[in-house]
Amino acid sequence: MHNTKTDNNMDELLLIEAVERYINGDMTPKEQVFFEEIRKNNPTIDQMIVEHTFLYHELTKQANIKAYKHSLYEVENKLSEEGFISKAKLYSKAKVVFFWKKYKRNIAVAASIAGLVSIATTILISSYNNKLGNSNITVLMAKIDNTAKKVDQLDKAITANPSIQKNPSPDYRATGFLIDGNGFILTNAHVVNRMKNIYVENKEGVYFAAQTIYTDENTDLAILKINDISYKTIYNLPYSINKKNSNLGEQIFTLGYPRNEIVYGEGYVSAKSGNEGDSTAYQVSVSVNPGNSGGPVLNNKGEIIGIITSKNSVADGVVFAAKSKNIYSLIEAFKKADNNATIIKLPTSNSLKGFDREQQVKKMENFVFMVVGN
Amino acid sequence: MSNLEQEKQLLAGLALNDSIVIEAIYRDNYPIIQALILNNNGNSDEARDIFQEAMVVIYEKAVSGNFELNCQLKTYLYSICRRLWLKRLQQLQRFGNLIEHLEETVVVEEDLELHEKHNADFIMMEEAMNKIGEPCKSLLEAYYIQKKNMQEIATDFGYTNSDNAKTQKYKCLIRLKKLFFAQYKNG
Repeated sequence: MHNTKTDNNMDELLLIEAVERYINGDMTPKEQVFFEEIRKNNPTIDQMIVEHTFLYHELTKQANIKAYKHSLYEVENKLSEEGFISKAKLYSKAKVVFFWKKYKRNIAVAASIAGLVSIATTILISSYNNKLGNSNITVLMAKIDNTAKKVDQLDKAITANPSIQKNPSPDYRATGFLIDGNGFILTNAHVVNRMKNIYVENKEGVYFAAQTIYTDENTDLAILKINDISYKTIYNLPYSINKKNSNLGEQIFTLGYPRNEIVYGEGYVSAKSGNEGDSTAYQVSVSVNPGNSGGPVLNNKGEIIGIITSKNSVADGVVFAAKSKNIYSLIEAFKKADNNATIIKLPTSNSLKGFDREQQVKKMENFVFMVVGN
Repeated sequence: MSNLEQEKQLLAGLALNDSIVIEAIYRDNYPIIQALILNNNGNSDEARDIFQEAMVVIYEKAVSGNFELNCQLKTYLYSICRRLWLKRLQQLQRFGNLIEHLEETVVVEEDLELHEKHNADFIMMEEAMNKIGEPCKSLLEAYYIQKKNMQEIATDFGYTNSDNAKTQKYKCLIRLKKLFFAQYKNG
């Protein structure tokens, strides 16, 4: 029994070798005739040869494509070095590229990109709907300029505060908030996608190193984990995260870092769907600016109902926020993706209820972080 | 006419993986493709991806030998990229009408279907390769992809002689074949 099997294996090895030589044309004419004769008379062997030839071709094709892709990368790298292919991440219109280049010198590099996160989003959103007019480009310029000043302040703050030194040059700024006192912070996927090194800063201006552990492009959400020994676990987050849809007209407020300082904004839920009927988001009416991305949206009871993601740069006061119930599905998906990961426990009890707005904000601001990175 | 001849030569060079030809095609076509993507909700990384994929499409065509250029290479590349980008936009759910300058396009659906099939085969082979484990994977790659000869491989992998290495290689190939066809038939 055992022997036959070994024999079969040996036969198969010999046959494969023969096939390979046959395909490569390495056989002597005599061998070739002999081999073709076997093929003709033995359908099983013929089938083997067909299969093997196919496999062999696939393997060679694979090898060639890999080599070709390698050449593509090399050419691409060369052209990138030359500047023929733009290396910088540019979003939206080609015209932006032009302005970007033109004003690059005037604006501290770190500064200008900070605004781009959300500016890019707004432009992206508006360009879904209609073509951009030139007027929007001017707006963008002003914004970059403004942000330049703001981030200038940020730079000053960095030199002033030695504890911040470990983060030398933040290129982007946005907002995030704790969803688990063990250092899990929720923010937007579009925020972390542009950052290699991520830091979060609390209200006191203390920086902690953080890492992206999960992102979901569909809902534009991302989970960060603070990886810093100086971070102390916070127990009992005072807010809960709403699983249900909010009602039209519900009063809301948000906290975020459009400046180097936490900024409060209030408004209401203006539509139950986001951009172009996106059912995973709300349209809210609240004043936000670049840097607000990832900020929590809370209702009167102090429940988190959404996360600021983007705004329409053409229409005034049209802001989109991802619905809070997406956070639950995000956590589920994260669990599924990585079984070994620490379990994230979302806050369930809400102790902000019944307080007046000032009190709520005072408590809340301890858990909202500035997300910066480069 | 001489233009057409020139492009034929380019494609022949492409089939041989000639990096000078690749560079020439990049220089002639990349800017317009980048503009297409940037003007339509894309970024420069995405422009690079799309262009790369289009380059693979024309490579596959060039290798297949039956590439009949009935339009300019430029037009063909543009059409491919446009199609690929529309598809990507759909996947990303970034809807919207393409903003375009009036570039000429040709029908490329069939070519792209073929390309997708090639892509699927490529992925299947990649997966089968990943499943056979070591040292099989490295052994097969050394022989079939890096084209090393059996003597070199025997030395590299520590086989006492090239015959042993060869036997091992064929055993690995049989395993690969099983894995590949299992997927192939399922897919």
